[in-house]
Amino acid sequence: MKGNEALAEAALRAGCKCFFGYPITPQTEISAYLAKNMAKRGGTFLQAESEIAAVNMVLGASASGVRAMTSSSSPGISLKSEGISYLAGSDLPCVIVNVQRGGPGLGGIQPSQADYLQATKASGHGDFHILVYAPASVQETIDMTFTAFDTADRYRIPAMILSDGLLGQMMEPVVFPDIKAQITEKPWSCCGHKNERKHNIINSLYLCPDELEKSVRDRFEKYREIEKTCTDAELYLCDDAQIVVTAFGATARIAKSAVDIARSKGIKAGLFRPKTLYPFPKKELNNACAKAQRVLCVEMSMGQMVDDIKLALECRISVDFLGRTGGNIPSVKEVVDKITFIGKE
Amino acid sequence: MTYKFSKVTALVGYYGCGKTNLAANLALEMSKSGKVTVVDIDIVNPYFRTADFKDEFKKHGISLVTTEYANTNLDIPVLNFDIASISENSDYVIIDVGGGSDGAAALGRYHTVLEEKNTQILYVFNMYQGLSAEETAQSMREIEHACRMKCTALVNNSNLGTMTEPEDILKSKSFEDELVNITGLDVAMRCATKQMFTTCSEDLCVERMVRMPWEEI
Repeated sequence: MKGNEALAEAALRAGCKCFFGYPITPQTEISAYLAKNMAKRGGTFLQAESEIAAVNMVLGASASGVRAMTSSSSPGISLKSEGISYLAGSDLPCVIVNVQRGGPGLGGIQPSQADYLQATKASGHGDFHILVYAPASVQETIDMTFTAFDTADRYRIPAMILSDGLLGQMMEPVVFPDIKAQITEKPWSCCGHKNERKHNIINSLYLCPDELEKSVRDRFEKYREIEKTCTDAELYLCDDAQIVVTAFGATARIAKSAVDIARSKGIKAGLFRPKTLYPFPKKELNNACAKAQRVLCVEMSMGQMVDDIKLALECRISVDFLGRTGGNIPSVKEVVDKITFIGKE
Repeated sequence: MTYKFSKVTALVGYYGCGKTNLAANLALEMSKSGKVTVVDIDIVNPYFRTADFKDEFKKHGISLVTTEYANTNLDIPVLNFDIASISENSDYVIIDVGGGSDGAAALGRYHTVLEEKNTQILYVFNMYQGLSAEETAQSMREIEHACRMKCTALVNNSNLGTMTEPEDILKSKSFEDELVNITGLDVAMRCATKQMFTTCSEDLCVERMVRMPWEEI
């Protein structure tokens, strides 16, 4: 299946009942697939008049207690950021998909990872985080869509699937997990109280500073719990690795091929791939780098993950960077050459 | 292979069924017996397209006609080819069409000239895309409606990418039979990679030419 269509099918199987979107390359197949299939499967698909309208419809749907999703690509995600902040401030679960393309500005339609900082640090105004999942294959896109819905519900937090133009457009064989969606009760939702209970209020406006501070502090307690329990990473050939390559998403597959070639040349290289970007798998990175003398961060950006790597390692190990941007993809050869160069230093 | 090529062949089918990979393979096969031009009229997907094989085609003397902005950041569906004159100057023309009925609409623009040239419209399918035989046939009917022409034969391109095993290809025979029954069309060819060719003795030996960045060394 194509990455974008697989994600859309996974969302349906995960119990997503409402999708609101607006077309943009390279994400459009998600909307197109759901436009064709959502009504047949008992859900609601709506092409909104804009990205901003779509994300606010997600807020409304999520407040009513159903699983809701929106998707876009980089410039469209910027438009959604106000709504993402409102969702976070209202403690509403939802899934937001970003099939990244080159930027800044209108940029281009080719793949990119240059929204790392936006996704992990600046998805909207105010003190908050969202979960960020970074799949590296079509299969993982499916698996992470299920996880994103479940974890978002569990912690009442928005979750982002950070895909890219390559993962969204490529075809790979996939297996849909034979599991039923874990739809939990949402006693907080505004789904009609029939005068049988006190009415619920979903809100992100607090007139009293102390109340607002308390709600933010409570939310940050939740983040501490999430940082302890929700990190995930792949460690490949890291046990004895002297050079650890760090990369996420599609770039990690290029890095993996490079690590294999470096190993065949006798260089002790390994790969660390964060699967969750928030929470960042700091402990896992430190385990991966137990024997490392050097770290090489490879990205389709100008180095947006480098600071997180340095912080997680508390700057104990020197971190090099190799990146391509503008829609260009690093080649396996470029990564091998860089590993070899570092190895000789 | 036993299939006899007509002068103009158009490849249509569901998104990602392998049309582009097949177009590249057919071009290389046909270039053994004449001058080949590949025309890329995919205006729905700016990724993974025949324009990616420009250099490989050049080595084999294959001409490539593609949209001016293929493989750039400019995503605009513009077609300005003169298929009639292209076919005058080639022994074989292969038209790689965009996916589904959206992609096939571009082919419809040329239906008058293509009908004059007795174009073979080959419907490519991969049974592992999750559609039933009936849904596959329905997709074919939608494509026929969009391109204003009838498909002339089927191509069985069932595979699971790098994970394909010989039995996966053999298993596609019953799906193929079902599709033949529903559509009333013959199978022009069956595809398999070189590694599986001897095992399965299919009609066309294809190479996986559409590659991922991590497979390029």
